[in-house]
Amino acid sequence: MAEEVKKKRLTDIGPHDYNEYLSPVIKNNYGKWAYHEILDPGTMVHVAESGDKLYTVRMGSPRLVSGSFVRDICDIADKYCGGHLRFTTRNNVEFLIEDEKNVEPLKKDLEKMGYNVGGIGNIVANIVHTQGWVHCHTSASDASGVVKSVMDELYEYFVEDKLPSKVRIAFACCLNMCGSVSSSDIAIVGTHRKPPRIDAERLRNLCEIPSTIAACPTNSIRPDTVDGKPGVKVNEETCVFCGSCYTVCPAMPIANAENDGLSIWVGGKVSNARTKPTFSKLAIPFIPNDPPRWPGVVNAVKTILNEYKKGAEPGERVGEWIDRIGWPRFFKITGFPFTKYHIDDFRLGETTMNYSSHARL
Amino acid sequence: MGKKHQTPLLDELKKGKWISFVREIERAAEKSERTEDLLGQVEESYHDKVNHWKHGGMAGVKGYGAGMVGRFSEYPDKYPGIKECHSMRIIPSAGFFYNSDFLRKLADISEKHAGGLLNFHGATGNIQILGMSQAEAEDVFQAVAELGFDLGGSGSDLRTPSCCAGQARCEFANFDTMKICRHLTEEYLDELHRPAFNYKFKFKFSGCANDCVASAARSDLAFIGTWKDKIKINQEEVKNYKKKFNVQKYVLDKCPTKCMWFEGENLVIDDENCVKCMHCINELPKALKAGDERGCSILIGAKAPLVTGPRMGMMLVPFYDVNEDAKNDYEWIKSLISNMWEFWDEYGVSRERIGELIGRVGLNTFLEGIGLEPIPEMVEHPRSNPFIKFTEDEEE
Ligand code: HEM
Ligand code: HEM
Ligand code: SF4
Ligand code: SF4
Ligand code: SF4
Ligand code: SF4
Repeated sequence: MAEEVKKKRLTDIGPHDYNEYLSPVIKNNYGKWAYHEILDPGTMVHVAESGDKLYTVRMGSPRLVSGSFVRDICDIADKYCGGHLRFTTRNNVEFLIEDEKNVEPLKKDLEKMGYNVGGIGNIVANIVHTQGWVHCHTSASDASGVVKSVMDELYEYFVEDKLPSKVRIAFACCLNMCGSVSSSDIAIVGTHRKPPRIDAERLRNLCEIPSTIAACPTNSIRPDTVDGKPGVKVNEETCVFCGSCYTVCPAMPIANAENDGLSIWVGGKVSNARTKPTFSKLAIPFIPNDPPRWPGVVNAVKTILNEYKKGAEPGERVGEWIDRIGWPRFFKITGFPFTKYHIDDFRLGETTMNYSSHARL
Repeated sequence: MGKKHQTPLLDELKKGKWISFVREIERAAEKSERTEDLLGQVEESYHDKVNHWKHGGMAGVKGYGAGMVGRFSEYPDKYPGIKECHSMRIIPSAGFFYNSDFLRKLADISEKHAGGLLNFHGATGNIQILGMSQAEAEDVFQAVAELGFDLGGSGSDLRTPSCCAGQARCEFANFDTMKICRHLTEEYLDELHRPAFNYKFKFKFSGCANDCVASAARSDLAFIGTWKDKIKINQEEVKNYKKKFNVQKYVLDKCPTKCMWFEGENLVIDDENCVKCMHCINELPKALKAGDERGCSILIGAKAPLVTGPRMGMMLVPFYDVNEDAKNDYEWIKSLISNMWEFWDEYGVSRERIGELIGRVGLNTFLEGIGLEPIPEMVEHPRSNPFIKFTEDEEE
């Protein structure tokens, strides 16, 4: 061992040079694309000013993948794309093809292997989602399972262009909202309904009390003396069960099998096309966890999508459609009950009231 | 081979047309035996309807304060394979372009040293390798580094920046998103690897207002491509579109500023009133193109709800001449960023995002702090309450 030369440890090498991974047609036409066309929900072609063409085939992915999955897509990329491929911002896989003749055989191979081709155009794209019970300690529900259940049900909308506009669905397993649920057409968010439990003994050893207090959005945590020693108490009247205190303090667990579940939000978007970006708004405050298939959530998403498909004009996103028909009608046609929970009472929430005589009677 | 754990609930999720994550975990377990215990624990969560991870936990590599998320099973005796189940974040190639050679090697690493599972990609953009122990972390890090890849951000640091595919494959791109993304990641490697901020800070780059990386909702500093001069119109192509669908109804009538109309057969755009929303270009891509004076807008402060409520990015710089700045190694933007971080460092409190700080101290104080002037583009409309704080310099 002693005579072995110690290998130099590599650190701070920074991002890899992406140029190494660009296919020749991309390198040659970088920044010089003229237009693109969607050929079908799985395929598009980009045409450069030079006349060069680049075909893209998009394939669905569960995001959480095995090494074997990675090797499958590598084999396809080697066979048809000179080894070139990329992932999209919604975690789909894209094969970048120079020779048009390779497009159909590539798609056939993927389908034979059981992969899903689609996700381009007025479709339901892949669901941006989070860790869930597979890897996160603050989760109120499972990400992968809900996503799988919803996508199985909406499969036709991934592979066929049948909607007025694109519909972005996103999932987060708690209010930290890792990802894009706060601004998606339809969002599914893990929700607690009971205050945290306090383990006074562990709290003293594990938590910094001031930062725990500061983590609470409703100022519901106060310093307290427990058995003559410093601790905290929670005002259960004002606690909104967000779980932020548990994120900073392990001694305040909040997960609860009977009372955790999911809420449904609608009408957000990030693109600036036509209307400004907007947040998603509450449609259903709570649906219990019902693994492995979450039928309540799946039905709610389907109901929204069906009504949207029936009622929206071509090009209208979910939020634009609701703005046009109004929220009362949205609740009427979906059959979702409007409850006190829909009225915003967080800080400046009163700005969301209707200050006018406008009503669709 | 017999199954180590029975998983009747998860087995349900192998049915159906959408590709199954359960199948993926099983395939990983074929190569990396410990992952069978992950299946067991997730099945137990499906049964109990709660997660079974211990709170938090430290994991990392020497010299870095970021890049790994530590995770420990609540039942290490029952599921020894995931007693430690940490994930490692790896800075992706900008635009998420790869080749099969690299991806295969990464798959090998994940199977040899970890649970054989990967995320392509995390929401922030990192590649993630799941399911390693602390003892393996250094080996994985070095194996990944030999492929030319570094660890990404986590904790109170600059998180891994990400971008849309931009000029590599989109005719709408107004600037080179991949180039600036890579450049600023390199520039701030230290801030990324060694957390020294009040809280996390994210950059994202979209080549146009379609914002395909959702920068306006998911990054503290969002760069969104735009242009200054006139939209280029190909009148022949406009006529072709008119034959195919109702351009008046679906394009002109939907323009948010109603700045387009027909004069005879010709489409006219009042460009001074155009807000560069992209709608007409999206609908008529063969007929309309952004102008030649291209750059991007900079929006600040987006974040998720905790603690003070969700925020979208708000307009800070309507037009940043990124193409010109690129010639000077992005000097202008780097000085703006350093002013911002200094201000945040001085006035922010622990776990306060920059958007929350601006909300707390007021946009005026922030602008003064970073050396920008107030301009009307920053507001939806001027204030409607009269509680104005006049300052000394106005009283002459
Ligand atoms: C028709 C013109 C458009 C083109 C050429 C286009 C191009 C692209 C490209 C190249 C991607 C992949 C980006 C990446 O992974 O880096 C993408 C994804 C995306 N685009 Fe667009 N886009 C267009 C319109 C829009 C519009 C109008 C919206 C929003 C209303 C939008 C929202 C998105 C989103 C959310 C993604 C992520 C989708 C995914 O990864 O599967 N795009 N787009
Ligand atoms: C409890 C521990 C947490 C875990 C395990 C976790 C996990 C993750 C992961 C794996 C990602 C993707 C990361 C990447 O691609 O690099 C992510 C992104 C994100 N996290 Fe967390 N997170 C945690 C806490 C939080 C907290 C406390 C917040 C907010 C206060 C938060 C907000 C976000 C947001 C907004 C994103 C998405 C950013 C984007 O879309 O680019 N997370 N989180
Ligand atoms: S949304 Fe919440 S539970 Fe899900 S990964 Fe993020 S922090 Fe964890
Ligand atoms: S759960 Fe949220 S609202 Fe309730 S005490 Fe904890 S931080 Fe405060
Ligand atoms: S944000 Fe704009 S430039 Fe970037 S991929 Fe989307 S449409 Fe193209
Ligand atoms: S980009 Fe938007 S604002 Fe400008 S002309 Fe087109 S539709 Fe109107």
